[in-house]
Amino acid sequence: MTQLALVIDLNVCVGCHACVTSCKEWNTSGSAGPLPDTQAYGEQYAGTFFNRVQTYEVGTFPATETVHFPKSCLHCEDPPCVPVCPTGASHKRKEDGIVLVDLDKCIGCKYCAWACPYGARELDDRNKVMKKCTLCVDRIYDQSLEPRDRKPACVMACPTSARLFGDIHDPESEVSRAIREEGGYPLMPEWGTHPANHYLPRRKTRVNIHADELERADNPLKVDRQQPRPAKGEPTLDDAVTW
Amino acid sequence: MRPAFSVILLTTLLGAGQGLFLATFTHQAYALLGVLSQDAKGLYGPAAAVSLALLGAGLVASFFHLGRPERAWRSAAMWRTSWLSREVIVLPAFMGTVFLYAAAHLTGFNPVLLHLAGGASVDASVAIGVAGSLFAFALYVCTAMIYACLKFLREWHSPLTVANYILLGTASGFTLAAALAAALAPAEAGFFAGWALAFTALGAISRGASLVRNARLRPVSTVQTAIGVRHPVIRQITQGFTAGSFNTREFFHGQAMSLVRSVRWIFLLFAFAIPAALVAAHFATGSSAVLSVAVVAQMAGLMAERWFFFAEANHPQNLYYQAVA
Repeated sequence: MTQLALVIDLNVCVGCHACVTSCKEWNTSGSAGPLPDTQAYGEQYAGTFFNRVQTYEVGTFPATETVHFPKSCLHCEDPPCVPVCPTGASHKRKEDGIVLVDLDKCIGCKYCAWACPYGARELDDRNKVMKKCTLCVDRIYDQSLEPRDRKPACVMACPTSARLFGDIHDPESEVSRAIREEGGYPLMPEWGTHPANHYLPRRKTRVNIHADELERADNPLKVDRQQPRPAKGEPTLDDAVTW
Repeated sequence: MRPAFSVILLTTLLGAGQGLFLATFTHQAYALLGVLSQDAKGLYGPAAAVSLALLGAGLVASFFHLGRPERAWRSAAMWRTSWLSREVIVLPAFMGTVFLYAAAHLTGFNPVLLHLAGGASVDASVAIGVAGSLFAFALYVCTAMIYACLKFLREWHSPLTVANYILLGTASGFTLAAALAAALAPAEAGFFAGWALAFTALGAISRGASLVRNARLRPVSTVQTAIGVRHPVIRQITQGFTAGSFNTREFFHGQAMSLVRSVRWIFLLFAFAIPAALVAAHFATGSSAVLSVAVVAQMAGLMAERWFFFAEANHPQNLYYQAVA
């Protein structure tokens, strides 16, 4: 079984919103579009998006970290939004695990949005149907595109390669390896939805250096218990000469 | 959650319609068994017609909740998994049954099906009434389970939600039946008023229990689990956009907590205390006008109760929308 998903690396996301705009640009004219804006230049502006980037501050100043957090449908393996749909418009594809809305069947009752703990669905206020991330299903299988371009628009747009795309059920895929080796985790695991999308945590590379690693304990010059010359703190040639 | 007036009207009107039908048929069943007088037959037809009107009004209200009402017929498809779909099937079935029940009493076409040993005769309306009663309870369960099945909306995810829908619906239905009986069959008003008092009291206990339960809930999801960062101090700087969105409109009631708290006292007063006092006043004075006032007060109270029911529910998605910029 295939379960396509995104793996989003919070360690490298810089919060540039390129995935947001690229997603909107591709999908508003794609098969799941349009993603209309109401009063785009008015006072009460609002719009439909599949993908948002949020920003959080972790810790108390001055010991703070800024975490940019891209948020879209997680394509849960046990999606709570699917069984509640009265018409069957909300469905999970067997072949690749993508959760989709059949826009011709949706009655706009909003029950699926109530049933999603992540707030991943947005009602299109103009067409009155539920819209959500499709993992660019109209792009990833498009034979007219170069194989390297058969990826979701957000993945293509990310300038820091924070977004990985692949099959999380294939243990050798890039995304599975990232989840396994980089500590990938799901959101709100407490509800048993088993999100397919995973996030990679912030990671710090720290090297622990001990004092005996800075100064060799087995320095042969110390064998006779005499300190090496010149001693530390004495002027060296570098102090006397300007190169 | 933002309370939608379509859903508030839908659930309160359906609840009262179901309760009124149950009240009517309860009286007929008691009369059949000889517990109550057989003289109130003139009440059954009009009461069932009023019940049908309430159900119809609720059905109309439900269409205002849909973005695409012209596709509503599709919503019967997923009855295997969706409580909403089940409600969509049970509601017309129940309305059809109530229609037949009202027609049997109003037209007089009510053939006797069998004679009981004691001399009582079971006519077609009794068979229809049994089916209607089953549908009425099925509809209460479907309506309540639409909310109770959402496990992360913890204010709703409780058997008390089902109990509340059944008890509040029957309470308002029996109060309405008492007011109708006061006009059409005054001798029988006491029967309905007694049950109205009992169901109002049981509803107050059950709704009070869910208020106490919900006040003690501790959130399962936190901003820590929402973004998966293990740190006690996390503050959202921006939700990613300055405009509103579906997520900020649909899941926040946008009212001051003082208003929400005052609605709680209003509904406790109007849905339970005032109707109970008025029904008690009916027993003391025999006045039928107080029963009509009780109906109006209780329906208003239950609409406030339903508003509070939605406003009280705290959706975990709100964790992601705490700061605009």
